[in-house]
Amino acid sequence: MALSRIASSSSSINLLKPLSCLSIRCRSISTDPLTVETSLPFVPHNCEAPSRAVETSAAELSSFFRDMAVMRRMEIAADSLYKAKLIRGFCHLYDGQEAVAVGMEAAITRKDCIITAYRDHCTFLSRGGTLIEVFSELMGRRDGCSKGKGGSMHFYRKEGGFFGGHGIVGAQVPLGCGLAFAQKYCKDETVTFSLYGDGAANQGQLFEALNISALWDLPSILVCENNHYGMGTAEWRAAKSPAYYKRGDYVPGLKVDGMDALAVKQACKFAKEFSLKNGPIILEMDTYRYHGHSMSDPGSTYRTRDEISGVRQERDPIERVRKLLLTHDIATEKELKDIEKEVRKEVDDAIAKAKESQMPEPSDLFTNVYVKGFGVEACGADRKEVRATLP
Amino acid sequence: MATLCQGLGVVIPLSSSNSSNFRLPSRRSISAWKDGIFVVRSDARVSQVLKTGGPNHELLIPNAVATKGGSSVASTSKPGHELLLFEALREGLEEEMERDPCVCVMGEDVGHYGGSYKVTKGLATKFGDLRVLDTPIAENSFTGMGIGAAMTGLRPVVEGMNMGFLLLAFNQISNNCGMLHYTSGGQFKIPIVIRGPGGVGRQLGAEHSQRLESYFQSIPGIQMVACSTPYNAKGLMKAAIRSENPVILFEHVLLYNLKERIPDEEYVLSLEEAEMVRPGEHVTILTYSRMRYHVMQAAKTLVNKGYDPEVIDIRSLKPFDLYTIGNSVKKTHRVLIVEECMRTGGIGASLTAAITENFHDYLDAPIVCLSSQDVPTPYAGTLEEWTVVQPAQIVTAVEQLCQ
Repeated sequence: MALSRIASSSSSINLLKPLSCLSIRCRSISTDPLTVETSLPFVPHNCEAPSRAVETSAAELSSFFRDMAVMRRMEIAADSLYKAKLIRGFCHLYDGQEAVAVGMEAAITRKDCIITAYRDHCTFLSRGGTLIEVFSELMGRRDGCSKGKGGSMHFYRKEGGFFGGHGIVGAQVPLGCGLAFAQKYCKDETVTFSLYGDGAANQGQLFEALNISALWDLPSILVCENNHYGMGTAEWRAAKSPAYYKRGDYVPGLKVDGMDALAVKQACKFAKEFSLKNGPIILEMDTYRYHGHSMSDPGSTYRTRDEISGVRQERDPIERVRKLLLTHDIATEKELKDIEKEVRKEVDDAIAKAKESQMPEPSDLFTNVYVKGFGVEACGADRKEVRATLP
Repeated sequence: MATLCQGLGVVIPLSSSNSSNFRLPSRRSISAWKDGIFVVRSDARVSQVLKTGGPNHELLIPNAVATKGGSSVASTSKPGHELLLFEALREGLEEEMERDPCVCVMGEDVGHYGGSYKVTKGLATKFGDLRVLDTPIAENSFTGMGIGAAMTGLRPVVEGMNMGFLLLAFNQISNNCGMLHYTSGGQFKIPIVIRGPGGVGRQLGAEHSQRLESYFQSIPGIQMVACSTPYNAKGLMKAAIRSENPVILFEHVLLYNLKERIPDEEYVLSLEEAEMVRPGEHVTILTYSRMRYHVMQAAKTLVNKGYDPEVIDIRSLKPFDLYTIGNSVKKTHRVLIVEECMRTGGIGASLTAAITENFHDYLDAPIVCLSSQDVPTPYAGTLEEWTVVQPAQIVTAVEQLCQ
C-alpha cells in the first residue's frame, strides 16, 4: 500500500506515528532536567498557587516546539482546505491556543481523560491522533477518526483517552463529570480534564456540574480556555464576572498564562495532584485564537487586526518556545527552520494521502447507529422491501 | 387484571448467575414471506435474542402470551411470587446490580429516600451511596454525567423523577446519548438506561402529566420500551440494563401498584418484542402502557357484544415490532391504535405510518388511532378523564371499524 511505501522511503517522516515520537535530528537532545520560570505568576483562588519554576528538559522543549509546529501547520492547512471547499460545514481552528493542548498532555498520562468542545483538532493530535485521521475526517473520508461520520466537531480517540469533540456549547462538561465519576467509581487514580471556553462558562449546566463534582469529590478538572471571545462577543460583553477561575466560588481555581506551554504543564500537574485529593478545581487558561470563531467568521469585526498581530508578536506560544530553545542552546535557528520545513512537508503529505482516501460507502449510513444487531434497518430508497432487523 | 403466564414459551432457569458472556450458537433466520416483507433475526448476545423453543436459549422468554389463569403451563411451572410493579422493577434492578458491579443508579431521591415511587428502596443500604447516587436537582447535568460514565464502560440507570423533567436533559439525551456511537465511528458505546414514570396520573397537572415518548421517538440511536405489567417491567428492566444501546424505559405513574405473580426463576425479555395480550380474529388493537388496561376493559364489553379483538401490547416503542404487528394485521385486516400520547406526532401517528407503509394491502379499513387530546392535561378530574381515551370510546371505535 502506498502508505507503507511513504513510511519506509521517507527517512524521518512517518505519517502514521503520532506526535512527540520524533526528535530534532543531528543532535542528541538531553533529557537532563532543566528549570525554567514561567513568565507570569499563577493567580490562585481558594488554593495555594504552584511554584513558577517548572521542571522540564531539552527533549521536552524540543517536543513542545515540534508538536506545536505541527498543530499550527495543520490548522493553517485546514484553513486553505476549507477555502478550497474540501472541508465543509463548520471548522473551528485552534491556532494560537496550541500551548494548552501541548502543555496539558505533558503533565498527564493517556489514562487521564480529556473532553473538549468543537475546537478539538489539536487536542485530538496530542492524544495520539495522526494527521491522516484528522484530514480524512475533515474531508469526510472513510479513513477519518470517526469514519467520516463525525466531522470537524466530532473527533474521538478512545485509546488515547480523548472523549471528543462536542458541538453543543457546554454539553461536554456534564459528560466530563461522568468520566470523573467513573474514574472515582473504578478507583482508577486518574483525572478528567473538561475543557470549555469563556462562552460556555455562562452555561447553567456548568454550575450544575461544578456542584456535583464538589459534592462527591470527583477528580474533575474544569479548564476554561479563555480566548476572550465567545463566538463574536467579547467576554466583557457576555459575562458580568470574567474572572472565570473564581466562578467556582467554593471550588478552588487557578489562572494560568495559556500561551506558555510550561505554565500550562505546571498548572495541569498541580491540578491533577490536587484533584485526586480534594475534588474539582477550575483552571482558567488565558489564551488567544488568531482565527475567528470558525471559518465563516473573519474574526476581525469584533476585534482589531492590531490586537491580533500584537498578540502574535508578543505572546505567540511557538515563538516563546523557540526563544527558550535558542537561549538555552538546545537548537540553532537553522535546525528550527528545518524542523518547520519538515513539519510542513509532513502535513502536506498527510493531506495528499487523505485526499486519496475514499468516501464512505452508502451502507455506512446505517452502521453504528446502534451497537451491532439492534434496531430497525430500512433499506433502499424505494422502501418496497422493508427489512426489520430484530436481534 | 394482570394475570399472565407464558403460553407458548419455555422458562429455562439461569445456569450460572456469574457468567456474563452468553452467545447464541447459530444464526436463525425466519423467512417464507411471499409478499416482500421478511424478518431477519441476527446473531446477538443471548440476553436479547428471541428464539422459539429449543434448548439453547438461556433465559429468554419467547412469545409471552397473556392468557386467562388456569392454563396448563401455569400449573406445571413453579408458582412464583406475587409482587407489585414497582417491586418488580426493584427486583430486576437489584438482580442486575448484584450481577454486574458496573451497574449503578443515579437520580433524585433514589438513595436514602428510596425513590419517589419506591423503586430503589433499600438499594442504597445494600449497595452504598456511590452505586445508588442521590443527585441534586439538575437533570441536564446528571443525565450528562450518566452518559459520560457510560462512555467509559459503567452502566448507569438514570432515573427521572417524572419523565417530564427529562425535557431539561433533552440535549444530553438527543445529542450525546443518541449520537455518540455514530459520530465517534463506533468507538464509544452508551449502555445507559434512562427510566422514569410518565403519563397522565390522577390530577397531577399539566407539567407532571407529560408523555415524552412522542418527543424522543425520532432520536436515532436510542431504543424505547414501555412496561405495563410487573412481569414485563422486570424483564424489560433487566434487558435494558444488559443492552449495549441506550434504552429509555417508560413507566406509568398509575401502574406502580399493579399486583401480579411472576416466576421465581430469572428471566430477561426481548427489548424489541411486542406482547400478545389476547389473541383474536376481528380487529387488531395495538396499545402500550396504561392504555392496555383500558383496552382490556373494553375487550370484556366487546366480547359480550360478540367481537373478538386481538390485543397486542407493543412494548417496544422504538423500534416497532413489525413482525408481530404484521402477522396480526394479516390475520384481522383491521387496526385500532389506542395510546396515551397526543394526537399530533405521537407514537400512534408513527405506528399508523409504519403500518400503512408496510401492510397497506392487508388493510380492509383505514387505521383508526385513538389518542389523547392535543391539550395540556387539565387539573379538573372530569376534564382529565376526557383528555385520555376511555374504554367506552374504544368500544365505539371497534364497532365502527368492524361494520
